[in-house]
Amino acid sequence: MNENISREVRAMHDMSGHAAAVHHAPTSFIRKHVFSLDHKVIGKQYYGLALAAVIIGMVLSWLMRIHLAWTNAAIPGLHLMSTSGAPGDVMTPEFYLQLMTMHATIMVFFVLTTAPFAAFGNYFLPIQVGAEDMPFPHFNMMSFWVTFVGFLVLMASFFVSEGPTLGGWTQYAPLSALGSAGGPGEGMGVVLWAASIAIFCVGQLLGSLNFITTTLDMRTRGMSLWRLPLSAWSWFITSCMGLTAFAVLMPACILLILDHVAGTSFFVPSNVVINDQLQPHSGGSTLLWQHLFWFFGHPEVYIAIVPGMGIVSHVLITNMRKPMLSHRVLVYSMGALAVLSYMVYGHHMFLSGMNPVSSLVFSFPTLVITIPSTMVVLIWLGSLYGAKIRINTASLFALGFISMFISGGVSGFFLAQPSIDIMLHATYFVVGHFHMVMGVAAMFGIFAGTYFWFPKMYGRMMNETLGKAHFWLSFVGTYAIFMPFHYLGLAGNVRRYQAFVVEYMQPLIPVHRFITIAALFTGAAQLIFLYNLIYSRFKGEPAKDNPWQATSLEWSTPTTPPPHNNFGDKLPVVYHDPYQYGVQGSAGDYIMQTSPEKVTTPDEA
Amino acid sequence: MKTWYKRTCAILSALVVSAVLVAVVGEQVKAAGEGSITGTVKLNGTAPHMKGIDMSKDPYCVAQHKDSPAKLENVVVGSGGGIQNVVLYLSEGLPANAASAVPSQEPTFDQKGCLYAPHVMAVDVDQKFKVSTSDQTTHNIHPLPATGSGNIGWNKSQPPGAPPIETTWKNPEIAIPVKCNIHPWMHGWHVVVKGPYAITDENGNFTIKNVPAGSYTVTAWQEEYGTQTAKVTVAGGQAAKADFTFKAK
Amino acid sequence: MARFFAVTIFVIAILSAIPIVRHTWWMAPDISTHGGPIDEQMVDTMWEAGISFLASQILLAWFIWRFSGDRPGEKTKNFPGGAKTVVWAAFLLVGTEVLALGVFGVKAWANVYFTPPAANAMPVQVQAGQFAFYFRYPGPDGTFGALHPEMISESNENFFGLDTANDADAKDDIVTAEMAIPVNREIHLLMHSKDVGHSFFVPELRVQQDFVPGLDLSVHFTATKIGRYEIVCTQLCGLGHYNMKAYLSVMSQQDYDGWLKKQAALQ
Repeated sequence: MNENISREVRAMHDMSGHAAAVHHAPTSFIRKHVFSLDHKVIGKQYYGLALAAVIIGMVLSWLMRIHLAWTNAAIPGLHLMSTSGAPGDVMTPEFYLQLMTMHATIMVFFVLTTAPFAAFGNYFLPIQVGAEDMPFPHFNMMSFWVTFVGFLVLMASFFVSEGPTLGGWTQYAPLSALGSAGGPGEGMGVVLWAASIAIFCVGQLLGSLNFITTTLDMRTRGMSLWRLPLSAWSWFITSCMGLTAFAVLMPACILLILDHVAGTSFFVPSNVVINDQLQPHSGGSTLLWQHLFWFFGHPEVYIAIVPGMGIVSHVLITNMRKPMLSHRVLVYSMGALAVLSYMVYGHHMFLSGMNPVSSLVFSFPTLVITIPSTMVVLIWLGSLYGAKIRINTASLFALGFISMFISGGVSGFFLAQPSIDIMLHATYFVVGHFHMVMGVAAMFGIFAGTYFWFPKMYGRMMNETLGKAHFWLSFVGTYAIFMPFHYLGLAGNVRRYQAFVVEYMQPLIPVHRFITIAALFTGAAQLIFLYNLIYSRFKGEPAKDNPWQATSLEWSTPTTPPPHNNFGDKLPVVYHDPYQYGVQGSAGDYIMQTSPEKVTTPDEA
Repeated sequence: MKTWYKRTCAILSALVVSAVLVAVVGEQVKAAGEGSITGTVKLNGTAPHMKGIDMSKDPYCVAQHKDSPAKLENVVVGSGGGIQNVVLYLSEGLPANAASAVPSQEPTFDQKGCLYAPHVMAVDVDQKFKVSTSDQTTHNIHPLPATGSGNIGWNKSQPPGAPPIETTWKNPEIAIPVKCNIHPWMHGWHVVVKGPYAITDENGNFTIKNVPAGSYTVTAWQEEYGTQTAKVTVAGGQAAKADFTFKAK
Repeated sequence: MARFFAVTIFVIAILSAIPIVRHTWWMAPDISTHGGPIDEQMVDTMWEAGISFLASQILLAWFIWRFSGDRPGEKTKNFPGGAKTVVWAAFLLVGTEVLALGVFGVKAWANVYFTPPAANAMPVQVQAGQFAFYFRYPGPDGTFGALHPEMISESNENFFGLDTANDADAKDDIVTAEMAIPVNREIHLLMHSKDVGHSFFVPELRVQQDFVPGLDLSVHFTATKIGRYEIVCTQLCGLGHYNMKAYLSVMSQQDYDGWLKKQAALQ
């Protein structure tokens, strides 16, 4: 290990720019495509994992939506998914909750944390800083395979006799800690869930380690921190959050497992009676789980969105042909979001029974965090002013991200206030808020990154017509799905209900049917993306090295896709800020970071 | 002269053998099919007041009891003092083959009007039974066998129109409480025994059928009052009598 | 396509705002004494959020419309005032608006949580347990009997685990499956969970509070309108969560007294 680091450090300080070999190019199939040390392969493996996960997560959401719209209807074939969850193909209440829990867990961990951060970050961070690879390639390989094992453990819970856990991705105690007494899936299902997440945390910690050291130690000559592209900054900031947040979730999951298998009572107080039976627990704290979970949980939502902000900024700049109004304000804002994210977690617990004074204490930073979020949006908007916006699928998704982030963000104004939370807590308002601001926005960020970087990763362009169709259907579709959630929430529609038998919710059922139809259409539209991905991989139009006329280091690799060590014999030398656009360059209105030519603006020429 | 003698002997022996065979087999058939124990279970004293059940959390349940409000069914006593839903079974004296015989009927444990019908169901070990729902509201059926009984509890929902759940119990247990968590007042019993059994009707009367000839201890089980036993001898093909009286608390 | 996109954003923004402006789906009318400030906060926030939403979406749409395409001959230019304007705008506009909301919102929260229940508030206990709410009134002696969790037996309708045989305080307690309260009388609702986390939500009453196993919490409120309302559970508690509800009847004092007498007779 030390030997590797010193080689890296030597390479960095080598004045002649020669790159020492980090690891030799592999020759066997296994070493090339399965157990690879190459960050680019690892990035693609993460992307593949996220793709599989999002397909599963989306199918689960379709099943949920169909059941919500037509509760007692039989869904043909459903009984194949569960031994007792769908008698006569009609979804039982517990099966709905199990599908819901798995949908959320898969999406938050294996899609939203994996794709924007682990997939694109692994592929492009080392290249954007000008390195051959990350400093700990073995840890990096492990991080993917550990994450993959975590995914398998989670999927395994579908196959145990009572099925997966039904307690929501938040797994509030004591329901999650009582074992089967709490209900179907609360025994082995919870243990597998907690084990899967603990394993996932380990994978992400290994990944974060690599990201941080890559950004701090592996930058090539001339690449100062302020010359890093915004995507690199977002990955760096996210990995700092990851290190601290996942480090709290992992022990929480272990304590939860102990409550199941070791007879402990970390999260279960005394005198719990279920099924007329006094449960054998005493001394635990219900709220302790919530504190541990949300201390992780709030930074987690920023872990999900900050890489998207970085990717979208990066994509937008190239397609605006001008840098952001202020590069540094964007970086400081992302950093402020990261720091503040640890101080706001109690806003998930306003009504939880904590001292009501603490609700006000948490409300204050929650309101303050609006400032950096708004700053980011206003910088984007301000940067669009006077730009020369190129419309392609990547930029459409990037602009769509801004729209979605605004929509999802303003509903946060409501939820940040404890008094309003009395009416909106645990309603569809919250569900609409986080799906828009985190779910859809992050997905748009992933799509923007995919359409933008696909040419570099595979040497082929994705089909623009299919891409635009995918964008239009997704943009309109996701608004049609999630905007109504806010109305439902205002009307008092409670969340996590498998059916609406409550009288005052009956008039809302037609809204649910509209949403379900929108969801099925939008889901179907994603097939266009899938087809485009696969088709373009093999038959897409061959791409030039720098199809977008962009400036950052990934577009200066000697081949496309980049060679094994990213830059060939010599590591690049960086001469410029990351976004020299609107200038008099030899190749056009831009100057690449690696180009030694001087920057002159059109006025100066 | 010798030929007719031989023929007669043959015919006579055949007749004797047949007669013996018929007697023996007939005796067995009669012994396996026909003995029974009948009787009545009565309550000595005033029947306890059965509280009404407020089902208001689920308006569907309330609507099913518009005309006759629902009551607890822990002790149901008829006009003549007979206790309904008492299970009678042979706790001692059962020969091995009768003990392990599994009847082919499949009793049904239904959910109707947000109550269990019947309130008490008796089955043999390994006897198939059905749990069904006649209600338009979802129930979950949650039998709770005791730890160590060898029976494994389960918890499954039945939305309206769901097909019946067919299952069995593997071990004798007196008795397994069954509840619905969605409608917490719903409460019933599965009594798992070996051998022939019966449940008392609304007058407290019962008949245990298919009892082989022999001496037995008959146990009567009532969910509030516990058990009572009686020693009974059943002669082949005869109906023996056994009455029980529980004392009101 | 840029202009079509701009128009789409604009249309979506307007369409989204319409149901809000028209109150197509809105909170049920307030029947509480403390709900006024909460509703005011909601409306104030709706204005601020609504204006921010519309302004930013319209700006986005306008800039996409105006600044798309190559426009050869034109140079890219910066927003007048540059980043400084934006930073100041974010701090001033958003910072003050948002903090104002927070400061003004304290009163609405304080009304509910920082004022103790009145001395003559009527105590009612609610117990949440998979999957129903049961209520307890203290009876003529005004004292709640002790709870004995090991004595809980749903099959005997002893939902609270009361020792009515030996505990004098418990003997006259009235346990019901529906909650009835007299109108215009302050209620002190004592909240107890039998098993896992649950929550008590009556939208009309502007009350929502989690039950925490191991913690005995309470809220207090006064209902001002006679009627029948639903209490729903909002904390995921298991498979029956969706059907965990009870009815709240707000009655005249006379009707309430009659109801309580009837319930006492059914114990």
